[in-house]
Amino acid sequence: MIAGISIYEILTVTSILFFIGVYGFITRKNLISILMSIELILNASVINFVVINKYLYPDMLQGVYFSIFIIAVAAAETALAVSIIINLYRQIASVEVKDTEIMKY
Amino acid sequence: MERIIFYILALIMIVFAIASVSSKKMLRSVIYLLFVLCGIAGLYFLIDYNFLAAIQLTVYAGGIIVLIIFSVVLVHHIEMELELAKRSKQILVGLACLIGLGIFLTTIYSHTFNVVENSITTTAEDIGLGLLSYETGGFILPFEVISILLLASMIGAIVIAKGKKLTDKNEPK
Repeated sequence: MIAGISIYEILTVTSILFFIGVYGFITRKNLISILMSIELILNASVINFVVINKYLYPDMLQGVYFSIFIIAVAAAETALAVSIIINLYRQIASVEVKDTEIMKY
Repeated sequence: MERIIFYILALIMIVFAIASVSSKKMLRSVIYLLFVLCGIAGLYFLIDYNFLAAIQLTVYAGGIIVLIIFSVVLVHHIEMELELAKRSKQILVGLACLIGLGIFLTTIYSHTFNVVENSITTTAEDIGLGLLSYETGGFILPFEVISILLLASMIGAIVIAKGKKLTDKNEPK
């Protein structure tokens, strides 16, 4: 644990990061920007897992395993999303949310 | 000393996160996200999980950011400006997020955590042994499932991104 820092302060920082991600998710109109906001939200939750593991149950490692799995799932998700975005751009030449209304040609 | 470093890291993370969701230039907002991710890796170093910090730096800062930059450069003109949401919508969403944040913080601060004072250092060996253990509490099954998931998503990404050729040059006329 970090000397002199209580768990409340770290949880405050992660909550702020989470809600910045939610704000970006709702206000952005571009698919890639939305993907970046999702990364922010996922990262905030990963820090929560790690911090709660370290502060409350230091002799176990479950939080670390879950954060590793979340990072792996996020990597898979980003790779798929980027490939979908590129394919979409090839078909309708745009990645704005308002232009994507057809699922399949 | 750790206190000062933590506050600097927190400030960097929050400022660059706000810049990342409100910047008009696409590529700059990706670079701001990179700073946020590096700050999170610094936080892991502070908490003494070196392995996680290394994973964060390689997978996020090294892999995902490069992937996003790739897609930005392929899809957009590099100086393209994003269109922002309407002013009223921005204020409304910001207000909703502030209310949610307030609820979160009141819940967190009204709860008492049983914090265990410790200074245990976790090595990569402990994490690896736990991941590969067959005993109760071991994580061998999720580990295998994650490896299958990564393989499947890799194949899926290749198949989707390859797409159909728009014009076939060898097509007989």
